[in-house]
Amino acid sequence: MSSKMKKEDLLNDEDFKTLVGQKNTISWILTVLELVLYFGFIALIAFNKPFLAQKLTAGKATTIGIPIAVGTILLSWVFTGIYIFWANTKYDAMVKKLKDKVGG
Amino acid sequence: MHTTTIGTLNITSVIFFLLFVASTLAITWWAAKRTRTTKDFYAAGRSITGFQNGLALAGDYMSAASFLGIAGLVSTRGYDGLIYSVGWLVGWPIIMFLISEPLRNLGKYTFADVVAFRLSQRPIRAAAAAGSLAVVIFYLIAQMVGAGTLFKLMFGLPFEMALVLVGILMISYVLFGGMIATTWVQIIKAGLLLGGATLLVVMVLYKVDFSYGNLFGQAAAKYGDKFLEPGQLVTDPVDAFSLGLALMFGTAGLPHILMRFYTVPDVQAARKSVFYATGFIGYFYILTVTIGFGAAVLIGADSGKLGRDIIMTIDKGGNMAGPLLAEALGGPIFLGFLAAVAFATILAVVAGLTLAGASALSHDLYVGVIRRGQSNEKEEVKVAKIATVVLGVTAMLLAMAFKGQNVAFMVGLAFAIAASANFPALILSLMWKKFSTQAAVWSIYTGMVSAVVFIVLSPTVYIDILHKDTMAAITKQVTEIDGKAKTIDAEIEALTKQIVPADAIAKLKKKEQPAAAKKNADLQSSIDGKKKDKDALAAQKTAANATKPVAPIKYRNPGILSMAIAFLVGILFSFIFPEKDAEEKFATEKLREYVGIGAE
Repeated sequence: MSSKMKKEDLLNDEDFKTLVGQKNTISWILTVLELVLYFGFIALIAFNKPFLAQKLTAGKATTIGIPIAVGTILLSWVFTGIYIFWANTKYDAMVKKLKDKVGG
Repeated sequence: MHTTTIGTLNITSVIFFLLFVASTLAITWWAAKRTRTTKDFYAAGRSITGFQNGLALAGDYMSAASFLGIAGLVSTRGYDGLIYSVGWLVGWPIIMFLISEPLRNLGKYTFADVVAFRLSQRPIRAAAAAGSLAVVIFYLIAQMVGAGTLFKLMFGLPFEMALVLVGILMISYVLFGGMIATTWVQIIKAGLLLGGATLLVVMVLYKVDFSYGNLFGQAAAKYGDKFLEPGQLVTDPVDAFSLGLALMFGTAGLPHILMRFYTVPDVQAARKSVFYATGFIGYFYILTVTIGFGAAVLIGADSGKLGRDIIMTIDKGGNMAGPLLAEALGGPIFLGFLAAVAFATILAVVAGLTLAGASALSHDLYVGVIRRGQSNEKEEVKVAKIATVVLGVTAMLLAMAFKGQNVAFMVGLAFAIAASANFPALILSLMWKKFSTQAAVWSIYTGMVSAVVFIVLSPTVYIDILHKDTMAAITKQVTEIDGKAKTIDAEIEALTKQIVPADAIAKLKKKEQPAAAKKNADLQSSIDGKKKDKDALAAQKTAANATKPVAPIKYRNPGILSMAIAFLVGILFSFIFPEKDAEEKFATEKLREYVGIGAE
């Protein structure tokens, strides 16, 4: 077992840089996806109401807009699920590795 | 006439409510014995699990306004209500991706801990406390006025009685039980609300053979296809975008929500709690929307009257859709249960807000600014308790002062301030090395002030509240003019009918023709006279309309402007007033932010 690093040395550690890079990439990709999802929905309402007013199946009352709205809610939750899956498997493991390097 | 027991004191409701009060007070008593240190008082000793905190976050966020209001909006306006409900959820993923983990790693009790991490403590804490308090006060007033109004509407009891009851209970929870009691009040409330709403939805689905297609089909049959299409809610894209921004990033800047992340032991639990909270809240909005459509379809189904009409007779805003549906499907006992749940909901939300406000006063303002960070545990807990009472009483008095006023905009304002004052400073301090003290302080103040100023200058306050009477007078005048114009139109039509047609004149005897022609000429001149009167009326109408007050800012939602200003100030001032020291400390901040080294 090699000797423990100093905390400050972690800043120049490749593993730490990877950790920060990956965490920021995942966070921002998912943030942008969420923004696109919600503001895309708002844009549809603002600019293309007839699209949302289409019937899901001909002759039935339910419009496409209903599953799209509910889907926006569900997909938002799925995004948090994707993040937590990544964080629980990858992020925590990387953090543990770094903490081991400096001895907690 | 639709018969309902809404508006009278319901004995089941009283029993359920007393049960809730008794159990929450018992928990408070239990929690009081465990609340000694600041860590207990502000953060429940960091002993809450991810799942529990997820429920508590949902409890903090799901207000009676969203439960009753969104169901009402859906029942009266159909799809537009659904659009509105989506906006309330989308902030949660943002909290997950950008805020919850760094917040947990860097802070101690309030989000000001994070912003002040590498910047000058005193100015930052003063500014952050101001931002938090502004959000808390506006939110509290809206909730408490809502509680009073609801109390009156549901039980026919006085407004003030509700305020005193809510005030005393919320102060008791926070004062004696701190965060431990507040968390458990939230958890119980969330369980009751989700359970009650689920039960109501199962009853609705039972009536429509467990088919949403059936439910929507009946809704369309009663109210037309338009009921399931986007309508008038989004007319101006910029305004819709602005509201969306405030809801999304405001959620990520609400002090009582941010504070909850300190109640869990570590980042894993923090992120887990957001996942659970998002699930619960999303589920809740889907339930609420179903309740709204159910209310539109099923209320009054026996009497053949439209549910929407019955709902709007009892309350114009539609707030009684859920309770009326509960009564229609489950009788007075279920109505009583749901009314008690609605009241418990308000209580829990105001308790959470009071604790967040008291923490800003004691942890940030008193200890951080006045005592310059030098204070002991015992003193800080004492100050926090005094702050709880002061804030609670202030909120009660303010709510009394706003009795009968339109305070609906205050929730929107609270979100706009959270999005403009708290969120930009928080995110810039986390992400940007160059962010400096001056920049943070000015960003918070300008974000806060601009959100307030813009909403006052927008139609939301300028027209609907400040110039309400003028507007009403002019509208009345215009209606009168329209009425007169209509009378003249009818007169002109009647006169025109009397004119003898040319071919009829030709058929008349020679000596009768001049008389007929003269009669026609007379008629024509009176018609011309009337037409002139009509033109005069049209001119009057234009003149009257021209005197209508015009709001200096045409957008109803300030978010887009105030957020832009806050970010701009935050970035510009960082370049104008750079801070070498803070830039150097960013490295240590990063270690703690990402790896959790040194986290509390």
